[in-house]
Amino acid sequence: MSTDSGGGGSLIRAAREPGVFMRLARGNLELWANLVVITWAVVFAIWQGSGFAITLGTVFAIWAILAVSLNLVVGFTGLLSVGHIGFFGIGAYTVAILTSNAQYEQLRTEAIPTFGWPFFAALPVGIVLAGLTAIAVGVVFNRFRDDIFVLVSFGFAVICFNVFLNSRALTRGAFGIHEIAKPEIGSVAFGSEVAFLILALVFLAVVVLISWLIVSSSFGRVLTAIREDERATEVFGYQVTHFKLTVWVISAMMAAAAGGLFASWTTFIDPNSFILLESILLVSIVILGGLATIWGSILGAMAFVLLEEGMRFLPFLPDEYVGQARQVILGVLLVLLMLFRPQGLLGRYKL
Amino acid sequence: MSIRTESDGERFALETIEVAKHFGGVHAVDGLSIAIPRGKITCVVGPNGSGKSTLINLLSGMLPLDGGVVIVDGVRLRAVKPHETPGLGITRTFQDVRLFDQISVWDNIMVVLTERRLLPALLERGKSRQRERTEQILRSVGMWEKRRSLAMDLSYGQRKLLEIGRAMALNVNTYLFDEPFAGLFPQMLERVKDLMRQLRNDGRTLLFISHNMDIVRELSDHLIVMDSGKLLTEGDAEEVLAQPEVIEAYLGV
Repeated sequence: MSTDSGGGGSLIRAAREPGVFMRLARGNLELWANLVVITWAVVFAIWQGSGFAITLGTVFAIWAILAVSLNLVVGFTGLLSVGHIGFFGIGAYTVAILTSNAQYEQLRTEAIPTFGWPFFAALPVGIVLAGLTAIAVGVVFNRFRDDIFVLVSFGFAVICFNVFLNSRALTRGAFGIHEIAKPEIGSVAFGSEVAFLILALVFLAVVVLISWLIVSSSFGRVLTAIREDERATEVFGYQVTHFKLTVWVISAMMAAAAGGLFASWTTFIDPNSFILLESILLVSIVILGGLATIWGSILGAMAFVLLEEGMRFLPFLPDEYVGQARQVILGVLLVLLMLFRPQGLLGRYKL
Repeated sequence: MSIRTESDGERFALETIEVAKHFGGVHAVDGLSIAIPRGKITCVVGPNGSGKSTLINLLSGMLPLDGGVVIVDGVRLRAVKPHETPGLGITRTFQDVRLFDQISVWDNIMVVLTERRLLPALLERGKSRQRERTEQILRSVGMWEKRRSLAMDLSYGQRKLLEIGRAMALNVNTYLFDEPFAGLFPQMLERVKDLMRQLRNDGRTLLFISHNMDIVRELSDHLIVMDSGKLLTEGDAEEVLAQPEVIEAYLGV
């Protein structure tokens, strides 16, 4: 029999001789990363039962939206932003303030104006607000690059947190906002966990689709060129500030959508959900999964959620250390990754 | 050395009048007035630090002008913006080869051919015209087989060639090449020379910087000699090369 040549050859041979598949997999970290994370997710879901799997799925969807949207900025455009949580917070607080209908007198805390809007009316407002904020911030940020950009985006995250904490007349500060509405379309309410999971996955699908359309277009190719050499890209006729601002705003709006979902899902938010640490964790997810790859960010979010929740069940670990241990493990993973695979699990770009 | 006050867009693709650039107290380019003849190969020579690269940076808008006027096709400009240079018919290469390292060779060429406006760029997904042009360019610089490699994985000579290819893809009138021959093997040298001659035969204007006097002698039609940011002499290559004091003092041949 004549030997195969061409693209499908190795796979065909792998199917004929069982040993070849293993050899193929051994050198292929991407394949392993996919296999391990997805198998882990399935096993975990079966082991813990559907109720817990649904909760984890929703958390995963929200983190995945954030990671995919941040990857547009960090991975494809090369702007290492640690302020993404700010836009997430703007989306969450807008939805919270506009939809909350809490009786604060009963809670004996200071009241804020209540609007009682439905979720789907409040969410676009939050997205637009985040977009407008992103334009204002982006115009200033456009003059910064590299390490300076990290610093100013850090500043943005800190400012956002402090605004959430201190505008008490609007956000009730550290008391947080209660009774945030669940999404409803006509008579269909997404009140149950399953319905909400489906809604969150639909949002994720839309975000992934938009991101894919962006990065596979000529626009996306220009973004990668900007990442590689901004000045040279300019000499070839591109107004790079416009390109950077556009992707920055789109990314911020996606993060705000995730924020709105998050607020509605937990029904209670306070400023602690929007601290800088969350932003750093988000950057870690993006780097872990891989820069400049959409699927990598999804896989990264999945691995992160499994890591976070999975550690609850480690028998030797007392409950109160779970949070810290999770961060230690994530930190160790990141160091190992930067040492041996600086582009992340599925990455197409090294920082 | 005369200072022209009238421009001649017919004869000259690019002219400068009294252009200046200083970094702190250093006058990198100091009141330089030159004219680059259309359809010819012009070479800029001069010792290190004489302002040759700064001149190209000024002409391509990479550095803002501190004074003077640049005249492109007879149009006087007080400022050259980098993103407007392709529209003015100018493109360039860099002394320290600046490719888009972590994207493919193919995308390095495609990226200069695609839509400049935001919204159309978002909707565009690579037209067949652009793909054909990219293939043509990659074949002409001998990089077609390497099209799937990342630009960073190429050898130095290949990177230089790809950068020249990227400039050629733009299909403009004036090409500014900053030391296109530095560090190339003889075989690659010939290839770059051929590409430059080919561009001239197409009626393009070329300006390049080189320290290799054999290549300068061989290729250039017009010669500009600079020293300390000033014009030392300018003229027909053979005439300038015949001036013994120029050769002795600045070219070291």
